[in-house]
Amino acid sequence: MKDFTVDARGRACPEPVIMTKQAIDAKGSGTLTILVDTTVARDNVGKLARKMGFAVSVKANYPDWTITIHK
Amino acid sequence: MGDRKGIIATGAVIGTLAALLVKWGNPANMGICVACFIRDIAGGLGLHRAGAVQYIRPEIIGFILGAFIISKATKEFRATGGSSPLMRFVLGMFVMIGALVFLGCPLRMILRLAGGDWNAILGIAGFAVGIILGTQFLKKGFTLGRATEQQKANGYILPVFATVLFILLVASPSFIFFSESGPGAARAPLVLALGAGLVVGVLAQRSRICMVGGIRDLYLIKDSHLLLGFISIFVFAFIFNLYFGNFNPGFLGQPAAHNDGLWNFLGMALAGLGSVMLGGCPLRQTILAGEGNIDAGITFLGLLTGAAVAHNFGIAGSPGGVALEGQVAVLIGLAALTLIGFAYSAISLGFTSSSNSAKL
Repeated sequence: MKDFTVDARGRACPEPVIMTKQAIDAKGSGTLTILVDTTVARDNVGKLARKMGFAVSVKANYPDWTITIHK
Repeated sequence: MGDRKGIIATGAVIGTLAALLVKWGNPANMGICVACFIRDIAGGLGLHRAGAVQYIRPEIIGFILGAFIISKATKEFRATGGSSPLMRFVLGMFVMIGALVFLGCPLRMILRLAGGDWNAILGIAGFAVGIILGTQFLKKGFTLGRATEQQKANGYILPVFATVLFILLVASPSFIFFSESGPGAARAPLVLALGAGLVVGVLAQRSRICMVGGIRDLYLIKDSHLLLGFISIFVFAFIFNLYFGNFNPGFLGQPAAHNDGLWNFLGMALAGLGSVMLGGCPLRQTILAGEGNIDAGITFLGLLTGAAVAHNFGIAGSPGGVALEGQVAVLIGLAALTLIGFAYSAISLGFTSSSNSAKL
């Protein structure tokens, strides 16, 4: 399954969540990487992914976070 | 703090403080109103001359400084900006205009309901419709663009501005206005108002509470997290209003309100639409401004300017209803924001880079 990156850095709420959801809807399952740079986006994207049944891992690389979700 | 207990507790504190602030002297059903209070500050600074609503509200100062202090402590304070600043200023003006036609920001909308002002029901309905419309634009790719790290000094401007407001409030030089009658004269003691503002500022920053997000997220991603905060505010404000004898149900003769249903609906529809496009309600914008978010800082100034314009041009609602100027302003606002929504969605689709085909 091809990897796929969503760059949501600099995006204001709720865009990171919308972008992530649209990517999830398009892909279905597999691995998705989301780049964010605010704690709000990091938390909200993680929450959405978990709710949709994905395993979520967050890696901090200042000033951004790389969120990898996998189903 | 993204958990349920956190946001319910935040809502409980806000609702309780709002009821207490009324008991301590703020206008009825207006323990906290971000729009009205920013408008009062505009008056206090002389940006408008509506004598009944001039007072530098310490609550707003508290929101900004509370958010500033806590974000500094948790290292979340960052100077970010550059995301359509001038457009945000304009959107802020229209959100304020919509709110002032209804006579309340989304938070006051809940507090009015908790005080028995059933006119708020129409406001909530209009608010929800505005949010749903704004969400359609978001789904079509509406975005004000990326914010990036800005030079740090910029992030301090709003907190410094809040401090200056505080100094002006306390020193009360002759060029600062203080209403002698009307809602602007109804004020809780400075220390209590500031204290309440600081507490709310800290809690709102930590919980990310946002009135618009409540309805928006429920509709967009079926997530009720923010809505819980919304409901919690209502429940606690309602309980304490009952306890203090401040619950007066009805449509007519409600404090600082009018019962023109159509314009209560349309005013809040404008506020809702604009807030979704901005990414947060006026309370959230104020908190973000305290955290160093320059885009929110500019939005705050747009809210302030919109309030001045609203009163100078006779747009704001009054207990008697909404003048023609107000009706025209709301219609212009709805048309303008709809146009902006469509235009930006089309432009942003064009900007989509091939490496990010998430926009479908």
